[in-house]
Amino acid sequence: MARSAKLVTVALEAAGLSKRFAGRVAVHNVSFTLKAGEVLALIGPNGAGKTTLLSMLAGGLAPSAGELHPSGAAGIGWVPQQTAIYSKLSIAENLRLFARLEGVTEPETAVDAMLEQTGLRERSDDAVGRLSGGNRQRVNIAVGLIANPAVLLLDEPTASLDPRQRARLWEFINLRVAAGTSVAFATHEIGEAERYASQLLLLADGEMLFLGSPAELCTAAQEGNLDRAFLALLAARGH
Amino acid sequence: MALRTLLGKDLRILARSPVLVVLLIAYPVVIAVLIGLALSSSPALPRVAFLNEIAPSQSTITLGNEQIHTTRYERELFAAIQPVMVSTRAQALADVRDGKTVAALIIPPELPEQLANAAGSAYVDVIYNGDAINQALVEEAIESKLAQANVLLAAQLSRVADGYIDLLLTGGDLHFLGSSFDVLGLVHAQSILAAVLSRLPPSSPVRHALVQVDAFAKIAVANLGGSRQVIGAVAAPVVARESVISGRRTPLSEYAVAVAVSVSLMFIAILLASGMLALEREENTLGRLRRGLVSTTQLLAEKALLAAVTAVVVSFVMLCGIGLFVPLGFGRAGLWLLAICGGALAFGTLGVAMGALVREVRAASLLVLLVSLPLVFLALVPSGSVSGGLYDVIRVISAVFPFKASLEALDAAVNQSQPSLASALAHLAALIAGFGALARVALRP
Repeated sequence: MARSAKLVTVALEAAGLSKRFAGRVAVHNVSFTLKAGEVLALIGPNGAGKTTLLSMLAGGLAPSAGELHPSGAAGIGWVPQQTAIYSKLSIAENLRLFARLEGVTEPETAVDAMLEQTGLRERSDDAVGRLSGGNRQRVNIAVGLIANPAVLLLDEPTASLDPRQRARLWEFINLRVAAGTSVAFATHEIGEAERYASQLLLLADGEMLFLGSPAELCTAAQEGNLDRAFLALLAARGH
Repeated sequence: MALRTLLGKDLRILARSPVLVVLLIAYPVVIAVLIGLALSSSPALPRVAFLNEIAPSQSTITLGNEQIHTTRYERELFAAIQPVMVSTRAQALADVRDGKTVAALIIPPELPEQLANAAGSAYVDVIYNGDAINQALVEEAIESKLAQANVLLAAQLSRVADGYIDLLLTGGDLHFLGSSFDVLGLVHAQSILAAVLSRLPPSSPVRHALVQVDAFAKIAVANLGGSRQVIGAVAAPVVARESVISGRRTPLSEYAVAVAVSVSLMFIAILLASGMLALEREENTLGRLRRGLVSTTQLLAEKALLAAVTAVVVSFVMLCGIGLFVPLGFGRAGLWLLAICGGALAFGTLGVAMGALVREVRAASLLVLLVSLPLVFLALVPSGSVSGGLYDVIRVISAVFPFKASLEALDAAVNQSQPSLASALAHLAALIAGFGALARVALRP
């Protein structure tokens, strides 16, 4: 009974996940669980191992050690930091292509749903190369969501967007969260992490320094402000 | 100061980019040296296996009062080639077959007898390996020198013939097989006949026959002198008798067709395959595709196949189009297609290997041009036109790049040349496997 309850609520589970590149440790012994409809923010300084961890979770990199459930790409949507779509193809063509590659049973329905959710139906025949950075990123995320995954992984999704585009993008992501999609995203924006994430995973030099809610991070660092708490915890752990 | 700082920075970057240094500096230097050596040693003196089968005791031919020394004409030919002396006909053929020499030039033992009999032209044997470029290279050199030798020889033979004509006309002593004969000569014979006829009665029964002989003698005396010019015009006492080891010679024009189609095939397939794979990196879609949507092998195979099919269609249409102007034998079109498919797949696989090494389409195109063009040139260097060691280096480089094998496959399919289509296709299959493995390694995450 307890096991079936876990299967229902846990969307992603990592246990002792590590990755080494030619003797260099990029990620070391990271463990966490992501429940259905939960949002996890991966924060940490540059080179902390956030992208490596997300790549392992997405099935793009094989871990050197540790376990992942589910393993591989099934049921997981992946949105890399740089838009990974074909600029010469239209929005609809990109969505249709990835729907077929993901093995979606009704690709046209999925394309319709994504055009609706991104608000880009009017521009569905426009080549992606002619879109603004914000719209390109929306198509990039829509491609990650085309197979209606249980978990959506985003690597710095708002890094190149202005505040208005960021707000619109988070509206779009939150709609999916409300529908039960779990989200893990990497970011340098502590405010963004505080605003949208229920859990924070703090990485530095590949090591997991903290896992908990934003409020718990402030308590652990004895700081009232999340920005200062983040810096204080890094300093306290010698980073 | 700023210049020195920038220079220092760039040198440091180059020192830390070994692949870039190899590609931009070492590779062009190596290729330039090879091409330079190939150009400097060809095609002035092609290496030709030389065998003189005439016994030393028979190397001087006596015709009338003239003596013809065959070694003199041997020297004439050596001015046009770099002779590689061999002792047997089998060794000469082996040297041509192995590519140690461009061709073999053999002076057969019966040459003195053929010249002495003057029954027709005498022959020297020139043997090629079927390679059109090789053949063109040697043919020109040997035929030019043979023409010079023939001028000298024809003059000598003409003098001998003149002597015989004089003897027939005016008479004299003829020395033959150690004996001496007194030849009357047509002029004297005609005088004697005229004197006899003047003394014969008109009713003599032999008069009619003698009148006919007298008329012949007059005509012979009047016309035999003119035959000197005719004999002088015989310009080729010795001709080259050409043959090909593998049986069939590819005419240079048809070989050029195979080269042109192979070059097109190469550029279309390599540029398309490398460009399409590099485009995946440029668009950042490679990571997305490889996280379980498609395997590395599927991705590489798709790009190589797309490039190969495109190149096959264009090259086959091109070959058929050329066939409208050059007689190519459309009955072998199935084999053309087979050869083009083999070459296109090999070039496509090489293309994905190159595309896997770079991040941008423009860089892929540059890499393809940088690598391919010099290798095409090296693949066309004829065997025997450069030193053996250098040719071995060129042969190894050409063997690991699909152009030579593709050209051989197409030449075999179009012109029935050697090596056979099957062996060229086997070579291409090995290259496809090798470059496929290389591309997989290069595309590792």
